Amino acid sequence: MQPQDPPKQTPLHAVHVALGANMTDFAGFSMPLRYTSELAEHHAVRQGAGLFDLSHMGEIVLTGPQAAAALDYALVGNIGKLGHHRARYTMICAPDGGVLDDLIVYRTGEQEYLVVANAANTDVVAAELSARASGFDTEVTDASADHALLAVQGPAAAGLLATLTDADLDNLKYYACLPARVAGHEVLLARTGYTGEDGFELFCAPAAAESLWQALRAAGGPQVPLPAGLASRDSLRLEAGMPLYGHELTRARTPFEAGLGRVVKFDKGDFVGRGALLARKEAGPTETLVGLVARGRRAPRAGYPVVDPASGTPIGTVTSGAPSPTLGQPVAMAYVPVDRSAPVTELAVDVRGRQEPVDVVELPFYRRGA
Amino acid sequence: MNFPADLRYSQDHEWCTEPADGVTTVGVTGYAAESLGDVVFVQLPEVGTTVAAGEVCGEIESTKSVSDLYAPVTGEVVEVNQAVVDDPALVNAEPHGRGWLFRVRVEALPAELLDAAGYGALVGAEA
Repeated sequence: MQPQDPPKQTPLHAVHVALGANMTDFAGFSMPLRYTSELAEHHAVRQGAGLFDLSHMGEIVLTGPQAAAALDYALVGNIGKLGHHRARYTMICAPDGGVLDDLIVYRTGEQEYLVVANAANTDVVAAELSARASGFDTEVTDASADHALLAVQGPAAAGLLATLTDADLDNLKYYACLPARVAGHEVLLARTGYTGEDGFELFCAPAAAESLWQALRAAGGPQVPLPAGLASRDSLRLEAGMPLYGHELTRARTPFEAGLGRVVKFDKGDFVGRGALLARKEAGPTETLVGLVARGRRAPRAGYPVVDPASGTPIGTVTSGAPSPTLGQPVAMAYVPVDRSAPVTELAVDVRGRQEPVDVVELPFYRRGA
Repeated sequence: MNFPADLRYSQDHEWCTEPADGVTTVGVTGYAAESLGDVVFVQLPEVGTTVAAGEVCGEIESTKSVSDLYAPVTGEVVEVNQAVVDDPALVNAEPHGRGWLFRVRVEALPAELLDAAGYGALVGAEA
């Protein structure tokens, strides 16, 4: 889009404004950054439930007898093996193995798949899927404008949702989905999320979004679920060790550097990037994504250099970092050389000109029930 | 947003009091606190050091961002607010009160500081 284009609004824009949200431009959309306090929103998701508007995400639909075959060729995962009403985390890579986006693919019908892309990458993913699907008997449609997306996340989410639907939530497993009626609206109800908590994502028609939001708000107490913005979404996913495109995942790196080589399935037919990814797998990455916990209180931030603590020599780069609300310490993810990536290696981060000691730790920083 | 009339304000979103016995109290404005988000860490100048108006003298960090703290006045730091070091959320809760940051011995306040109306107009123009 051109810089002068005004940001797009989601179907819930008026709701956010009425709640007094602090709005920010994100991936071409005007989105709520926080409603009141991002810390309160973060803790609400860890301890109760948070309600998110994720309508900026892209939805691309593939239908037809060869939809699965086309996705197997276009993506790195094995979509042909995906069961009805199941979901899979996967990626779309360039021919050289670089990551174009990370995706969730939902099998919504016998011959129908919903591909959810990051907002900033929707156009690229839709174009690549269309191009890669030519020659397959499938139709690719960018249906982003036909979908709103709400997420209710946290340990209280299932209980809240149960008051609004007859759907069998007990048998809706993690990374599964089913068509359901929630508060009188037809939705695709998926047990997926980006917070490290149990939770649900609800795909619905844009016209139903506001009514669904209000029903979910009213399902609990005044603070459950708490409307939660992108700031808490980012700190929640960081604690959960989940990558964010543009930070941990980029066009310049393959899934293997990100420690996500397991999503690349070579035991299927040819797919875009196969040769380059196989070579990278066999050679092994030279740098890898690690978790860092700072010993002090100054947080490493995206782009800061990771340095050798003895010499100060730059050896890597922070991709995301923030004070962790749950741990009470700054945490970060960073790319470092493989030989410096073992827990608990002591490293340092150059935080605005001063070295701050950090320790390499296992990801994630936070695991629910832990 | 309400900015107390008895404070003076800098373009860098700090406030200070009229000096009492030559000492002024410094904090960040409610507008700055709101823009930062939840403050989780403040690094203040040490007692005995000298700060200079318009120059960086510390850091203020929220979950989403970190910002330099600019001194609105020139002089020697005579006290820091340990309560805000221990509980940085005071900056959000009471930016113009208990969330004050440090005290400086000054000869006079810089003439370019704004009054409440002037500062309100400044951030109104920014908002």
